[in-house]
Amino acid sequence: MNCKTNCAIIEILPLSDNQLIELSRKNVLSLSLEEMKAVQNYFRRLKRNPTDVELETIAQTWSEHCKHKTLTGVIEYTEEHNGKKKKRVYENLLKETIFEATMELDKKWCWSVFKDNAGVIEFDSENGAAFKVETHNHPSALEPYGGSATGIGGVIRDILGVGLGAKPVANTDVFCFGNPNTKLSDVPDGMHHPKRIAKGVVSGVRDYGNRMGIPTVNGSVYFDDGYMANPLVYCGTMGIMPKKYINKTVKSGDLILVVGGRTGRDGIHGATFSSVQLDKESDVSAVQIGNPIVEKKVLDTMLKARDLNLYRAVTDCGAGGLSSAIGELGEKTGAYVELDKVPLKYDGLSPWEIWISEAQERMVFAVPAKNKKRIIEIFEKENVEAVFVGRFTNDKKLTLVYNKDIVADMDMEFLHNGVPKPVRPAVYKIADEKEQKPVKMSAAEILKTLKSALSDLNVCSKEWIVRQYDHEVQGQTVIKPLQGTSIEVSGPGDAAVIYPYTLVKGTKKGIVLSNGLNPQYGKINTYKMASSAIEEALRNAVAVGADIEKISVLDNFCWGNPNKPEILGSLVRAANACYDMSLAFGVPFISGKDSLHNEYSIGGKKYSIPPALLISAMGVIPDAANTVTMPFKQSGNKVFILGVTRNELGGSVLSKIKNMKGGVVPSVYPAQSKPLMKSVYDAINKGLVESCHDVSEGGLAVAISEMAFSGQKGVKINIDAVPVIKSLTPAEILFSESNGRFIVEVNPENEKKFKEIFKGVKHAEIGIITEDNKVIFESIKNKIKFSEKSEVLFNCWKNTINW
Amino acid sequence: MKKVKVLILRTAGTNCDYETQAAFELCGAFAERVHINALIENKNKIFEYDILAFPGGFSYGDDIASGKILANEIKNKLGDKVKKFALSGRPIIGICNGFQVLVKMGLLPDSKLFKQVSTLSYNDSDKFECRWVYLKTVRNEELGVRNLNTAEIKCLWSRNLPDIITLPVAHGEGKFIPESKSLLESLNKSNQIVFRYCDKNGLQPQYPLDPNGSMRQIAGISNDKGNVFGLMPHPERYVYALQHPSRESFNGEHGWGKVIFQNAVDYVK
Repeated sequence: MNCKTNCAIIEILPLSDNQLIELSRKNVLSLSLEEMKAVQNYFRRLKRNPTDVELETIAQTWSEHCKHKTLTGVIEYTEEHNGKKKKRVYENLLKETIFEATMELDKKWCWSVFKDNAGVIEFDSENGAAFKVETHNHPSALEPYGGSATGIGGVIRDILGVGLGAKPVANTDVFCFGNPNTKLSDVPDGMHHPKRIAKGVVSGVRDYGNRMGIPTVNGSVYFDDGYMANPLVYCGTMGIMPKKYINKTVKSGDLILVVGGRTGRDGIHGATFSSVQLDKESDVSAVQIGNPIVEKKVLDTMLKARDLNLYRAVTDCGAGGLSSAIGELGEKTGAYVELDKVPLKYDGLSPWEIWISEAQERMVFAVPAKNKKRIIEIFEKENVEAVFVGRFTNDKKLTLVYNKDIVADMDMEFLHNGVPKPVRPAVYKIADEKEQKPVKMSAAEILKTLKSALSDLNVCSKEWIVRQYDHEVQGQTVIKPLQGTSIEVSGPGDAAVIYPYTLVKGTKKGIVLSNGLNPQYGKINTYKMASSAIEEALRNAVAVGADIEKISVLDNFCWGNPNKPEILGSLVRAANACYDMSLAFGVPFISGKDSLHNEYSIGGKKYSIPPALLISAMGVIPDAANTVTMPFKQSGNKVFILGVTRNELGGSVLSKIKNMKGGVVPSVYPAQSKPLMKSVYDAINKGLVESCHDVSEGGLAVAISEMAFSGQKGVKINIDAVPVIKSLTPAEILFSESNGRFIVEVNPENEKKFKEIFKGVKHAEIGIITEDNKVIFESIKNKIKFSEKSEVLFNCWKNTINW
Repeated sequence: MKKVKVLILRTAGTNCDYETQAAFELCGAFAERVHINALIENKNKIFEYDILAFPGGFSYGDDIASGKILANEIKNKLGDKVKKFALSGRPIIGICNGFQVLVKMGLLPDSKLFKQVSTLSYNDSDKFECRWVYLKTVRNEELGVRNLNTAEIKCLWSRNLPDIITLPVAHGEGKFIPESKSLLESLNKSNQIVFRYCDKNGLQPQYPLDPNGSMRQIAGISNDKGNVFGLMPHPERYVYALQHPSRESFNGEHGWGKVIFQNAVDYVK
């Protein structure tokens, strides 16, 4: 290789094992010894040392972030229960669990799964709905505002880059933070205070999402001290695209067009940095800088170019920058790129920096040469920078040139398939869960506990956050995140419904978006955590009117260091739950993402985050008008509970408030839950349900209180009427977090038809809605009765987060 | 019947253009989204249209101040044409960011003067907020008549509405402030105040029903002729009952926002 001034030659051929490890560490390559050796062998065969550009390209392409080595690698898994051991070897965990379930279900309405930047399902015969959720954890820990803004910016580009591009119509966001009330002296050295992180993250999502004109319609916030130094920031985007644009192809001879933002030094090593533990030395320059208006202009113009069929393929520049975008598009053909043509924010970037920079708002297109002029015109007309930087070849090589020097020359085959498959051990010991001592409380104690539960950080109103997001731009949010019977009050909606009438003219259909997450359960049992998250996401969607037969889900694993067998084992357990639940509910996974290495070090000691699996659900419904909200509507209407209540308080809000020992984490019973969900859909569609709310964190007492105060109504509940398994105390009935339950409001006129539908499904009438605004719970059997004004309960719920 | 043509002007950061287009189309108009560069290239194109709409969004990121850059751009490059369009009596609407643009280029409140004499500043809450509000349709109290569609309402856009309607707001800079007390009085006197924030009984609201702390709870104003109209709330987000939090409607199907667009379309017809 004859480059002299533009790049450095990295001496690798003669290095010892220790020196290879040192090289990887020093240059933030995040490559293991095995991987460094594979690189060394490749260049030994070529009889030369690599350039810095080549080495960086390999590191980005092989990063955990881009390649998902752990979940697609070999895992030797051992499960231990009651002293008995079970072993299983996974050649590719994702393929054998989550992806396998989707293949087995083989739903015809799943159009594009696990192969593009997002999953796509059928909206109607001509249009698809695309959904993707990403994480941006490490950047948000260092620079909360910029980290979350570029998180949302990045996932929006995934939607722009699915097929030939979809138009984004809704965003979702889910965050996990440390306790915002932490004393400053308790915050680890060099880390931001959790409240500062929370406020920064919310502002970042607000400013980017609002400026893009995409409504943020669904989400949740979870507080746990385990996320103090390593917050989790999940950002999702849903978009709509014509079916005919679902596939992309790259042909030899197509030109490579870079569109949008300029390239700078921001976001160098973002992909590899995400695999490094956080500590006080972490480098903030790995965080990208976002500009939503540039991205909005790209969106406006690229859809025009799409509709004129001016390009054959598109993908976004995310982790790894141009290196991964062009590398992926040119995998089968080869690519020739002149790096000096890439527009820069400022001078002075080395070729390798240009190539791997994760500067934002950039998309890469494969353009047939004949469309060269026309496509540039489209972008120029709206002041969007678009520059041809090279072409796709037919030599199956990656050739990079800078000022006429060749600075990289590698086989695509090695780059994409040369990474050695790691073999990792994983172990999981299934802990025995024992029921807690019977929870006995007086009526006054129960009421006090209910108030604490409502004001608990993980139950309380997130209105302070939600209202800062424009959740109604585009005018299509017909079920909103906050729901109340009048403008003055609001309760927590279970799911959002988008009615995309401006994009799909004349449609009646709607898209339901929801999520499920509960890291608290994962501290005890990750299988149950994963199954509960799946069921919660489904329940939330069903509660507003989604059809369980037409729901797809996404997985987002945020885990600790997978090199620790116990941590990887807990992930295998969760992946198995995903497989089991996906099949049992008939709900396919269509896309997903993992963020491993969520680990931080304080004073030399390493900590992994509590594992978190976010499940995001998207369902298509035939009529957006056949949906319901959660506030009680009319006094005199009856209140029913659907499903049974078990003694399941492990990981519950009650056990946290009361600092209880023991308790069984809620299980999922798909054989009971699925028929129940089908019936709920049926009843909502027939107009037999006035309001519906899912029962989750805080249990029955919280769910009913929320329905009452958001409806400005009273309610009288008979605790004794709640169907239970075994015998439970009133407090256990009210606070158990058993899955598979809904509260619904039914007009007495419809009662007969309603009961007809729920024949054979566990349900019971438990109360009546009243005009007097008093929430009353009573158990005659246990001589317990308490009463509180719904307004008082509302204020408990409302005022916890008011920053 | 004549097909009413609407120009929806967009630029970098405009983001309510699709739903504004859909709202006009629902009212039977032909609405086109036109990029400002295209209009600057062919300035007289503006007169091919009957109605001009400045939709919501974050034009140029709201850098400097909301709507300011687009206001300057229009004034410098299209000023004569836009002023002529306004003085010809054709309907013009500015919604949210579009209202900010109208105010900052000075087409409101005095289209003849065409100079900025008021502003829309940061909400008192100091944050962006998205919520539904009650609006009082302001009438000429002196006339004392209660007929919904007569001349007691100066602004052609706000006819046929009841005393109180609901619409969503979503903004961070919506606090209306005129440059002087006398201007405020004259707006009041000449019936240029179109909507005020109120509570559900039409009385003075508290935060958050008063979402931004505007002087005299002003949510929307018109020019003296009543054809140029700007407001912070989003009528295009409430053209269907389905878009309302409790699905309220005036005819079983549509929301109050539709009436506002229909007024202009019918006026042109």
